Amino acid sequence: MPLSNETVVRAEELGLTFQTNDGPVTALTGVSLDIRKGDFVSFIGPSGCGKTTFLRIIADLEQPTAGRISVNGMTPEQARKARAYGYVFQAAALYPWRTIEKNIALPLEIMGFSSAEKKERIERTLALVNLSGFGKKYPWQLSGGMQQRASIARALAFDADLLLMDEPFGALDEIVRDHLNEQLLKLWAATRKTICFVTHSIPEAVYLSTRIVVMSPRPGRVTDVIESTLPKERPLGIRDTPEFLEIAHRVREGLHAGHIHED
Amino acid sequence: MARTGFFKDHVLPILTVVLAILIVWHVFVVILNAPFEYDQAARAGTPTSFMEVLPKTFAQERPVLPAPHQVVAELWDTTIDKPITSKRSLVYHAWITLSATLLGFAIGTVLGIVLAVGIVHNRAMDRSLMPWVIASQTIPILAIAPMIIVVLNSIGIAGLLPKALISTYLSFFPIVVGMVKGLRSPEQIHLDLMRTYNASGAQVFWKLRWPASMPYLFTSLKIAIAISLVGAIVGELPTGAVAGLGARLLSGSYYGQTIQIWAALFMAAGLAAILVGIVGMAHSQVLKRMGARP
Repeated sequence: MPLSNETVVRAEELGLTFQTNDGPVTALTGVSLDIRKGDFVSFIGPSGCGKTTFLRIIADLEQPTAGRISVNGMTPEQARKARAYGYVFQAAALYPWRTIEKNIALPLEIMGFSSAEKKERIERTLALVNLSGFGKKYPWQLSGGMQQRASIARALAFDADLLLMDEPFGALDEIVRDHLNEQLLKLWAATRKTICFVTHSIPEAVYLSTRIVVMSPRPGRVTDVIESTLPKERPLGIRDTPEFLEIAHRVREGLHAGHIHED
Repeated sequence: MARTGFFKDHVLPILTVVLAILIVWHVFVVILNAPFEYDQAARAGTPTSFMEVLPKTFAQERPVLPAPHQVVAELWDTTIDKPITSKRSLVYHAWITLSATLLGFAIGTVLGIVLAVGIVHNRAMDRSLMPWVIASQTIPILAIAPMIIVVLNSIGIAGLLPKALISTYLSFFPIVVGMVKGLRSPEQIHLDLMRTYNASGAQVFWKLRWPASMPYLFTSLKIAIAISLVGAIVGELPTGAVAGLGARLLSGSYYGQTIQIWAALFMAAGLAAILVGIVGMAHSQVLKRMGARP
């Protein structure tokens, strides 16, 4: 269910081959994909399928060796310099010598926001991730889940329309992860951002996404793109409905097909 | 509870070691100084017993090994009883050495940091400079110290600066090595984050590399301040300096004033302990301000 037809990310026959000492390794090949404004797109697949690589190409952290990609109609480099996206890493990557609010202030300092605006944005994003009142704490004083929420707040602070998330909840336990998934959906609804979300959890992908991109390894490629039929309102209980299980089944089949192809 | 714990965990072990050292020291005072007393008695032709020799070994004027109380008395005499402006005051000599130490340490720290920044940010400097930095430390400082003094004297630089430069020569090395490691310590993920913000090189340096290097810097500073003191003392030894702890050691050895040598040694050790302690306190203060886990 596309919310609009505006394309944020367009990839055409995108590929990336690393030159290693053991010869070339194809991390990604032949990826053609359109991500529309307001989409919540999940990338799912086993390790080595290129899902993180694809995200890093969008972010201009890796350079593709084949095909074309545009972000907001620009090259990834131009988009990065225009500060078009916020990136949430696998680890929270908070700077340990900065308090939570100073961590959120980091991109704002670099981008030259006024101190009044910094203060307002820190408070707003802290509230958005339910961390109000924790601004003066240091990262080590917070739990892993809270740290990851703080890193999401940091990615939201400068109001980029695109949020790139690389297995942000991968290191957390399932109870915390469920809770954060629910909060992330609320946040997505409230901010209307476009989200690209890398995961290796089928329930997580199905629960969160409007579209699920199934990928498989060696070489990394897209094997299926599934449009979710789930409604926009998604209580956690939706994961027991037949509709949910049907989509999850299709994702599993897609992953399985990729593996058979490998054999 | 906490107090007895502190005594048991911190004070008691130190006292035990001090006591052990004092016992060993007294034993060696007797062993090393007794032959001189037996010699004296033999020359005078008077028979002597161990019990007669024993107290004398603790009261010689130029003992092979002075007794602890003699060193303490000398320290007291040359620090408390003499005015600090006197040439015989150990405080005066310590100050001469300390000023060279601090100047050399300051220059060495700045030089070390500047070199480390260059090495981290410039491939050519990394390749060309690091081998020289390491090679510089393989030259014995005792060999190069007189050269530095002579060369600088010939171009009209004398006094404090040449000694300080010998301290610099020793102290810049741990700073370079520590800071190169510290400035390279940020994880890739932290650097990637800066890249996603399109941060400038200066922003990456001041907001990431510099704060990340602080623990490394202070560890290096502790080593650097201690060897700065060694450098300043060594700088005074082969150069005929007339003041400073090094000069004190030298004149002591010329005239066989072992008590004076030991007093100067203890002064140097005490000075080093205080300097390292000050850097250590600065270290914990900075880490506390940077929100380190207590």
